[in-house]
Amino acid sequence: MAILETQQLTYTYSIDTPFEKTAVDHVDLSINEGEIIGLMGHTGSGKSTLIQHFNGLLCPTSGKILLDGRDIWADKNKIRDVRFQVGLVFQYPEYQIFEETVFKDIAFGPKNMGLSDEEIKQRVLETAEDIGLSEELMERSPFELSGGQKRRVAIAGVMAMRPKVLILDEPTAGLDPAGRDQIFAQIKKYHERNKNTILIVSHSMEDIASFADRILVMNQGKLFCFDETVKVFARAEEIVKIGLDVPQITKVFLELKRRGLDFGKEVYTVDYAKELLLRHLKERGGL
Amino acid sequence: MNNIIEIHDLHFAYKGNENGEEKEVLKGIDLNIREGEFLAVLGHNGSGKSTLAKHINAILLPTKGRVTVNGIDTADDSRLFELRQCAGMVFQNPDNQIVSSIVEEDVAFALENLGVPYEEMRKRVDDALKSVGMYEYRLHSPSQLSGGQKQRVAIAGVIAMSPKCIILDEPTAMLDPKGRREVMDTIRRMNREHGITIILITHYMDEAAACDRVIVMDEGRIVMDDIPPKVFSRVDEMKRIGLDVPQVTELVWQLRKSGCDISPEIISGEECVDAIMKLFKS
Repeated sequence: MAILETQQLTYTYSIDTPFEKTAVDHVDLSINEGEIIGLMGHTGSGKSTLIQHFNGLLCPTSGKILLDGRDIWADKNKIRDVRFQVGLVFQYPEYQIFEETVFKDIAFGPKNMGLSDEEIKQRVLETAEDIGLSEELMERSPFELSGGQKRRVAIAGVMAMRPKVLILDEPTAGLDPAGRDQIFAQIKKYHERNKNTILIVSHSMEDIASFADRILVMNQGKLFCFDETVKVFARAEEIVKIGLDVPQITKVFLELKRRGLDFGKEVYTVDYAKELLLRHLKERGGL
Repeated sequence: MNNIIEIHDLHFAYKGNENGEEKEVLKGIDLNIREGEFLAVLGHNGSGKSTLAKHINAILLPTKGRVTVNGIDTADDSRLFELRQCAGMVFQNPDNQIVSSIVEEDVAFALENLGVPYEEMRKRVDDALKSVGMYEYRLHSPSQLSGGQKQRVAIAGVIAMSPKCIILDEPTAMLDPKGRREVMDTIRRMNREHGITIILITHYMDEAAACDRVIVMDEGRIVMDDIPPKVFSRVDEMKRIGLDVPQVTELVWQLRKSGCDISPEIISGEECVDAIMKLFKS
């Protein structure tokens, strides 16, 4: 079932000025409940403008956004509820931390929702556990923490609202490989517990490939493609042409195919590549 | 080749918190970098790599040990300007290092501070902008540029000083793949065509794989120092210290564990394709 849908969504900046620019151009898409979506697009492709529509930070110039089948702008006064249901974690969210303690910072969203103290406490601790923040950190000042920990506090603040749709804009930017893997694993854990819908913006094709069910690619304000991971990476050459990248392993298998070694499958993870190669080697008696 | 940078027994501790505890971040670094070398520095967050980089142009001074750049001791206060002209630095966030509202003025900023004559300044700014491919944008406002373009302007600002070496601290971390390619191509050209020594701190293994030499830092020490294929083929160790290897290196490592006869020292896509072709022909 579709949880989030857009119909001919269009957004134009600075209308009637020389700087007029259509950043999102007649986009139709539909995201199902419980899906993990990877969103890719180069700088200026319209992906940030698009995600700011999903929780009503921007109001479309024309077209509609439907959450659970209802137009989010049908009643302007209810837009605040939409923001509780669609949580948006910005890029470098650690700069938005402001509370005295880690606990209070994570509790800020749930508190605004008017939940009971009991409920707030339970949600904060549960989310902290999912994201790998130990309980003894709860009374510390968030500003004493490491960069990676601060980022997790900021992400937890949005997760604790238990949004139906969680959107993260490059949650691993600037982290080292271990920090990156950790955040992805923790988001996955949170997803397993809550079965909510997750949309992740990332430039790392390797990560998206192993994480997302479907990939949405934006280019010049338009929906370039929105399909299963395999099918998107099958269009590797086009993807590279629009300033993006495909996993290194995918490129290797495309080149092998060009040189006559065709396995008849698209490859985008190392594990699958290994399995495929070993199977074929055995069949040929090469092992 | 001469060593442009010599680091001997470098220790560094950050001044402590209110309890007076000191935190030692660098624990005895010995490192020589030859003129014209293209060196990558890898390490997880907190391993000390940025702290090391900041010692090369005297943003930080050693608690113990010695750093010399082109024969200048970084602790020698009287030669600080000379040192910084010789070793320029580019940081992660392009927005934090651009000071002017017009591209060419930004590139000229350091030259103005040094009192370079107008004619010469004009030429050096133009040359620098041309070398990073941003000459057409010289009259634009930096705010209209993409992240990759801003980083190239920041590099031009360093190039205008005609440095002997450039230290780049995760210059591509905030860029999209296109911006990353632009910046990496620029850095590589500076190294090949102008012979500038490059020290590149990065979390991207594909960037490190394209360098001449890789050093890996862990807990304030250098734990590996070799050419990229040798470093990356130590997959187990790399993973243990929280780092990655290129996907193709990981693949051949896995294949070897399953008994395939394939070289472990593969870091590029082409090498991997060749090796797999060979595997299937034999």
